[in-house]
Amino acid sequence: MYRALLLSLSTALLMTAGAASAQETVKLGMVAELSGAGAPAGTNWRDGIKIAVEEINAEGGILQKKIELTEYDTQTDPQVSRALVQKAIDGGAYVILGTIYSGSTLVNMLVAQQNSVPQFVGSEAPNIVEKGNPFVFRTSSGAQKGVPALTPYFKDTLKAKKVAVAWVNNEFGKGGRNVFIEEMKNAGIEVIADVPSEQAQTDYAADVAKLKQANPDAVFVYMNQEESARFLIEGKKQSLAMPLVGEVTLTEAKVIELAGGAAEGAIAHVGVTATATDVPGIGAFSKKFEETFKRKPTHDAIKGYVGAWTTKYVTELVGEFDGEAFSEKMHGLCLKVADHPKILLDTCWDDRGEMSRPSFMVQVKNGAPVVIGTVPAN
Amino acid sequence: MQVLLSGLATGSIYALVAIGFTLVWQAAQTVNFAQGEFVMLPAFFVLAGVSFFGLPLWAALLLGLVASIVVLGILFKKLIVEPILPHGGITLIIATMALGILLKESVKEFYSAEAQPFASLVQSAHVDVLGAVLSLQDLVNLAISLTIVVLLTLFLNRTRTGRCMQATAQNPAVAEILGVNVKRMILYTFIINAALAALASFLITPIYLAKFSNGETLGLIAFIAAIVGGFNQIRGALVGGLLIGVLDNLTAAYVTAEYRAALPLVLLIAIILLRPQGIMGTSEGRTV
Repeated sequence: MYRALLLSLSTALLMTAGAASAQETVKLGMVAELSGAGAPAGTNWRDGIKIAVEEINAEGGILQKKIELTEYDTQTDPQVSRALVQKAIDGGAYVILGTIYSGSTLVNMLVAQQNSVPQFVGSEAPNIVEKGNPFVFRTSSGAQKGVPALTPYFKDTLKAKKVAVAWVNNEFGKGGRNVFIEEMKNAGIEVIADVPSEQAQTDYAADVAKLKQANPDAVFVYMNQEESARFLIEGKKQSLAMPLVGEVTLTEAKVIELAGGAAEGAIAHVGVTATATDVPGIGAFSKKFEETFKRKPTHDAIKGYVGAWTTKYVTELVGEFDGEAFSEKMHGLCLKVADHPKILLDTCWDDRGEMSRPSFMVQVKNGAPVVIGTVPAN
Repeated sequence: MQVLLSGLATGSIYALVAIGFTLVWQAAQTVNFAQGEFVMLPAFFVLAGVSFFGLPLWAALLLGLVASIVVLGILFKKLIVEPILPHGGITLIIATMALGILLKESVKEFYSAEAQPFASLVQSAHVDVLGAVLSLQDLVNLAISLTIVVLLTLFLNRTRTGRCMQATAQNPAVAEILGVNVKRMILYTFIINAALAALASFLITPIYLAKFSNGETLGLIAFIAAIVGGFNQIRGALVGGLLIGVLDNLTAAYVTAEYRAALPLVLLIAIILLRPQGIMGTSEGRTV
């Protein structure tokens, strides 16, 4: 009798505690490439989110509810990512944060859309926001916005007449390559070599030899991190002399770490960079990231950070945890740093989920990316 | 010319790995499907030497070589090949597949899934040869690989130990009757295989970067190279490796980059249909 009473009391207490805990937290599902080819991007994305979650919870959470962050590793496999987005939603995720690789996002964003769950992605393929999905939002500009920002650099700064493009043959690479070729055509610059490579390719000898033979004025390099590093190493090995210009990844901290001296001189347009320490929010984030994880953050870390903070800001603008109302609010929204400091830079989203904000041109000098110019929001 | 040289340099490293396949086949009548991981692992031994023990690169490379010989040579033979071989070649093949997965996942667990930088043995520079600008690193890689293959061939054909190893490979029972210490000869074979894998690792990782998954492609290409060249001949593995390296680069540079990964498989099918024993292989007997 005594045991039965004790058991009933314990069960009741546990259920009450569980219910109380459920009421005090809001779940965010972080679905990212934590292993496989996308691990450098995914782990930075995750760690940026972790810092944001810690800060948000320290400030009382979102609408007085603490964030409960759950991590899901896609293994850089689109099909796995789709299953994990469903798993995160089944687990009660209010917002999905991820994925980074466009090939995965294109597959898994339909799941979030079908469940009316807002999704912040780190992907940059143009077609992600062209599918009419009202629940997907970028954390950096898509290639169709980022790559055109490079056109004045090729035309006016490098004064290039003939260029080449070396790109990774996945959704990310194809998107950037198509926009670049169109941009060069419009600018009257001839593309004399078009060199695709495979995701996770290890040997770039033939690619670089082909570029060397074409002898362009500059090469546009559009690949993921590890591929970019291997390309730069091979470029150095074969003494590829012309300027190598990329969009975002080419000058990332991870690429510089992997490529070492081979990354010296590489130039890139970056939507956001941890080296822009003149921007107060970015400087503070970079410092905290380095103290916490003992390494420099990449732009993916900043994207994850911004995604998590935007979740808080927009939910509080809406006033309730409602995925549909959240998405509606996001379209056409502009968040100013003056009112929302953790957004880091004044940022707007259009009616398709595309974002725009000021961006930077950087160059690797003495083993570190240095800001060499700013590009206004387009 | 640079395309050709790069192909030869990469191909010579494939050849080192392919020779490993041949050696293990001769010694244990099995295919070591963990051979790719045997090339991936030594680079991480070196990284451990540098980052955990603070060794200079040359000492870390030495540590990597010794650790590879112990783990991938001696322990592989004692703990996996010897206990499993009596149960049949197929069982051992499956065991090597499992070993490959174990090595890969262990490295991933220990070093994370991210690629790691790996210092090159050669400074990045170029050399002018007949008007063509060639990579010094490619030239050195090619020279080292070919020298090792020549030395190995001389060792096997011109020394008493080498000839004992060949006798053991051809007919262990008769070799034993003739006084050859068969067990020791087999152990030597495994040690040589481990050393070759370590060397291939040190040469290729500065270009590929150190990553747990490096063995997947390398193992497959080297396996195909061994079959294309002739699985029962060292010179066959050399020819197969060089051929695949050169054809891969020429295809990617002048034909199609998209389908370059299919080339070794196309070559494999053609060889199996037209000359099943491989380009340099013989359809009878085994030699090392």
